[in-house]
Amino acid sequence: MGYDLIVIGGGLVGGAIAWGAATKGASVALLDQGDIAYRAARGNFGLVWVQSKGAGMPAYAHWTRTSSELWPDLAGAMAGATGVDVALRQPGGLAFCLSDEEMASRTALLHRMHNESGDIGTRMLGRDEVRSMVPGLGDRVVGASFCPIDGHANPLYLLRALHAALLQHDGAYLPGRTVDAIDAAPHSFTVRCGAERFTCEKLVIAAGLGSRDLAPMVGLSMPVTPLRGQILVTERLRPFLDYATHVIRQTAEGSVMLGDSQEDVGFDTATSAMVMQDIAARNVAVFPALKDASIVRVWAALRVMSPDGFPIYEQSAQYPGAFATTCHSGVTLAGAHALALAPAILAGELPERFAPFSSRRFDVPSA
Amino acid sequence: MFRRLDATPGEIRFTFDGTEQIARPGDSVAVALLAAGEPSLRETPVSGAPRAPYCMMGVCFDCLVEIDGVGNRQACLTPVAEGMQVRRQRGARGVL
Amino acid sequence: MNEAWDVVVVGAGPAGLAAATLLAEQQARVVLLDEQPAVGGQIYRGIERAAEHPSLLTALGPDYVYGATLAARFRASGAAYRPGSLVWQVTPEREVWFSADGSSHLVRADAVILATGAMERSVPLPGWTLPGVMTAGALQIMLKSSGVVPGEPFVVAGSGPLLFLLVQQYLAAGARPAAVLDTTARANEWRALRHLPEAVADRAGRRDLAKGLMMVAGLRRSGIPRYRHVSDIRIEGADAVTGIAFRSGTTQHRLATRLVALHEGVIPAQQMPRSIGCAFAWDAAQQCFAPVLDAWGNSSVDGVMIAGDAGGIGGGRAAEHAGRLAAFEALRRLGRIDAARRDALATDDRRARQSQLAVRRFLDVLYAPRDAVLRPADDVVVCRCEEIAAGAVRDVVRQGCLGPNQAKAFLRAGMGPCQGRLCGPVVTELIAQARGVGQDEVGYYRIRSPLKPVTVGELAAMETE
Repeated sequence: MGYDLIVIGGGLVGGAIAWGAATKGASVALLDQGDIAYRAARGNFGLVWVQSKGAGMPAYAHWTRTSSELWPDLAGAMAGATGVDVALRQPGGLAFCLSDEEMASRTALLHRMHNESGDIGTRMLGRDEVRSMVPGLGDRVVGASFCPIDGHANPLYLLRALHAALLQHDGAYLPGRTVDAIDAAPHSFTVRCGAERFTCEKLVIAAGLGSRDLAPMVGLSMPVTPLRGQILVTERLRPFLDYATHVIRQTAEGSVMLGDSQEDVGFDTATSAMVMQDIAARNVAVFPALKDASIVRVWAALRVMSPDGFPIYEQSAQYPGAFATTCHSGVTLAGAHALALAPAILAGELPERFAPFSSRRFDVPSA
Repeated sequence: MFRRLDATPGEIRFTFDGTEQIARPGDSVAVALLAAGEPSLRETPVSGAPRAPYCMMGVCFDCLVEIDGVGNRQACLTPVAEGMQVRRQRGARGVL
Repeated sequence: MNEAWDVVVVGAGPAGLAAATLLAEQQARVVLLDEQPAVGGQIYRGIERAAEHPSLLTALGPDYVYGATLAARFRASGAAYRPGSLVWQVTPEREVWFSADGSSHLVRADAVILATGAMERSVPLPGWTLPGVMTAGALQIMLKSSGVVPGEPFVVAGSGPLLFLLVQQYLAAGARPAAVLDTTARANEWRALRHLPEAVADRAGRRDLAKGLMMVAGLRRSGIPRYRHVSDIRIEGADAVTGIAFRSGTTQHRLATRLVALHEGVIPAQQMPRSIGCAFAWDAAQQCFAPVLDAWGNSSVDGVMIAGDAGGIGGGRAAEHAGRLAAFEALRRLGRIDAARRDALATDDRRARQSQLAVRRFLDVLYAPRDAVLRPADDVVVCRCEEIAAGAVRDVVRQGCLGPNQAKAFLRAGMGPCQGRLCGPVVTELIAQARGVGQDEVGYYRIRSPLKPVTVGELAAMETE
């Protein structure tokens, strides 16, 4: 028995595509690994973040905006189908600046993005204005950039809801599978996991860091590498911060997430005291009152990074029907993946807007 | 609910939510409060349910209290000290 | 502070005290870190202060008083001792981070001996989160450390040696339970008989059995109602305990009480060794995970040793010998002695430890916990911190969740301040049952530092180099 679509990778990218396709009536199987995996979806900060995404790649900036606009529909669908509240809030987002130099470079970035990809209302806030919006900021905060469409959500509940909603649309969630090989022919694929065989007409590789090895099996290239991030989580605190910010987020439960590091350390998901200290110190500078909050959890996870940091979406020329996708913004882009990308994949053709996301952009020899 | 085998009065004074309490050398904050008749020490940040010390050995974290302004101290691991100010945590704490 | 030591020992119970004492006596540079304010661990809790209260010592009995010798020898050994030290991170490179008096410190060592002991098995049953429900161990700690006992009728419910020991000590101290609900299963009694010969064959085994019989006989003499083969316990009350309902045999009972002590045995404390990456395996006899250790207590992580009940439940006297065995091995690792010398020095402790374990299999089988404790009904809270019920865990397994880490992500079970210490074993059991596979295949929460809550300000202020 064959599926219309098999998605390899049960994280946020694969889960969103699988559910999105299932709602369109496709028979879908979602292959996932076991309880212990390099699972970026479980290490996410949870931002639905637009303001600084896609500098140098307007197509990515626009794609991010599309996703942000589709997110309320996604959240509504999840609540309706599964009863899981993914805690979407889109009150706007702040990126704090701790020096005049940071203010200057942030201003320049927003100016560039405005020129490249249009106005989304992002603006710089001075010392007084940011304090009028956010109480409790430390003296070192000299200002911030503010984007009114930024937001945040609970990535863990989103993942749970996507899996549950897939089942409701008669999709198959098949965990504990490691893909050993893919036998590819145009519009016909056999995925081999141990002794098991799964066949399909369309195949999506959304296996995060695992995509690097899987993509060549269907004539695609996914040159992704890990970038470690550590996040500190406090006890539940009374609500004090509604906005999304680039380093601190208060969840619906009240926990405060403090992030996040960018460490090029290979496949190492250990936490380190030095990085924890750095994150703690930076966030105490932003919110001095946080010094009395208890850290109850710290985790490290691996971001999935392409060479330029932008997503890759591509259909195989050699084996039409096989697609590969990757990004390090599985939460932000979930709306677009579920409600825009999944239908395009089912239709068998990625529209023109996806052309800039091809991995062929990495083939250009450097001058 | 509890009584002391040794009836001689204690000499360490501390407060719980502003009310003076008496403890003895060797008491943890949790023992002192249970011996003083406090039925519960906190309300959970999830449902607001009352909780009291369960394990008394640092495992269950149901004895979390604020001590001298620092929240989430394990009352069962903290020796009581003269002048200590202990407060009940009612749900999630505020930081601002 | 950023100090280098030959050996860091964590935990001041019998294993940690014995290890640190021996190392210091052999001129190794050793520091003992302990989260408690005084030496003794849980078994000899408050042992140094109790000497001032002879009547309390009498009530607690000679096995407790024995701990004073251990404590005194440790004090005389010259080992460095840091009470009130909450170890929140140990790395595979043997860096040990701990919090004391509001600031964090780092010590490094060539060897780390974890002697973090046991914890009481979670007893998830309806009403177990109510104020007025405590573990038997918790009540015993109040007795040992402060001479505090229940001041009104109370009910003791569960199974295992500690439960009966507590009753014996309470009777000696003049605190009388209203009833003892013995949950030991009838089938266990027959199964345990098979292991009686190996206990009887050993002198220490015979002594342990005799003590057990004395405890049971004392309980019978006391006239306290003892309900046997108890099941279906439900603790009643809205904001605090008002009563306990249960079945004994085929009869339903209800007792009014404001205080219930629960106990269903002890299991190794897993948090610290798991956070370092030490391998664990399911111990079917003791119904718990235990670290994989060699005869000296070496874990799968080089230079990290585990001694005492943290390495598998054997009791306080066996723990003491395990601590000394780990210390001999640490001396070999430090190059102070060679393997042949280590083996020679360790002969007595190895033999004595085996002898102390003679009764263990009998106890493991007799007091094996009932299914309802290991795998509670759907409406019973398993994660006390985040208030997650067993049924929610079974639900996510039905949706394809294979293990506790995915369950934690989906449910928040294990994300609260106790960091999964109490719900971890139960969640693994529930998933194993729902999937129909073994506990090893299901696995356990990935444990990460900080092992104790540390404030953001304390992390920000620490010296990392």
